[in-house]
Amino acid sequence: MSAAKPIPGTIRPEGCALVTGASKGIGAAAAAALAADGWAVGVHYGRDAAGAQATVEAIEGAGGRAFAVGGDVADPAAADAILTAVEAELGPVLALVNNAGITDDGLAMQLEDDAFDRVIATNLGGAFRLTRRALGPMVRARYGRIVNVASIVGLRANAGQANYAASKAGLIGLTRTVAAEVARRGVTVNAVAPGFIATDMTADIHPDQLGAIPARRPGSVDEVAACVAFLASDAAAYVTGSVLTVDGGLSA
Amino acid sequence: MSTITNEAVEKTVIEALISFGAEPDEVTPETELTTLDIDSLDLAELSQIVDDEYGVTMKSSDVSKIKTVGDIVAVIVAKA
Repeated sequence: MSAAKPIPGTIRPEGCALVTGASKGIGAAAAAALAADGWAVGVHYGRDAAGAQATVEAIEGAGGRAFAVGGDVADPAAADAILTAVEAELGPVLALVNNAGITDDGLAMQLEDDAFDRVIATNLGGAFRLTRRALGPMVRARYGRIVNVASIVGLRANAGQANYAASKAGLIGLTRTVAAEVARRGVTVNAVAPGFIATDMTADIHPDQLGAIPARRPGSVDEVAACVAFLASDAAAYVTGSVLTVDGGLSA
Repeated sequence: MSTITNEAVEKTVIEALISFGAEPDEVTPETELTTLDIDSLDLAELSQIVDDEYGVTMKSSDVSKIKTVGDIVAVIVAKA
């Protein structure tokens, strides 16, 4: 009798994780959490090279392995350049965290084309192209983890963020469909949907808005990072196509 | 990167199809992919293998014309 084939996607082979937008905030925390779980981590940044270097140094200081890589994810050529650089340094990318994102807020009736297009190209187009580039090696390795950092704004209204909401709702649609395409190769695709998280991106939010959150406080980047690390773990092998809200009950 | 000959490509393709779960006895150039239970995800993965091995990129328009094992080999050799 021949030995039973291992179930695809349940045991992590040699490889690394890549977190986009990891110079600060949720991305930096996710990179640190993945490193703590034993992943070598590609720390991507858009413009903030110093921030990415700080993330790398924090990971190395904790005994982990990390490598900073720059690139504008809205640029169609960036996905291949970023993945190729990380693969050369740390080996195949078996976990991809699409976190890089921007906002450019305004009411829909006043939103300029450029503000709409730039947010979609970065938050959704960038995630798509990185996903497309990463999937081949993951499928062939019979192991992969893609975690898209969406937002509760992709699930419910937030006036003034039509472009950002569209990008995050799109990311959730991308998550579910790609999950269905590659599930039988041991590649999982999930999203986290943070609510109010204390970061630079939410620094301008009025304290009164926190009253709407059942937990009565903003979340921390580490609380989101813990969810990302779980979805990237072997333990989450049967979780795919899901959207994990991390919002203190705001969308409950 | 490997040299492209009909025999080499056929060997690569057949090995890949078997690794996707096709029964070795059933894989001949004339076999239709549907009878082997080979689907679009398998062909997408095969495209990756072919790209790595021979530097030939199969597009979805190429893949849509494929019906048999031999068709795959012909598409790859024609694009080389």
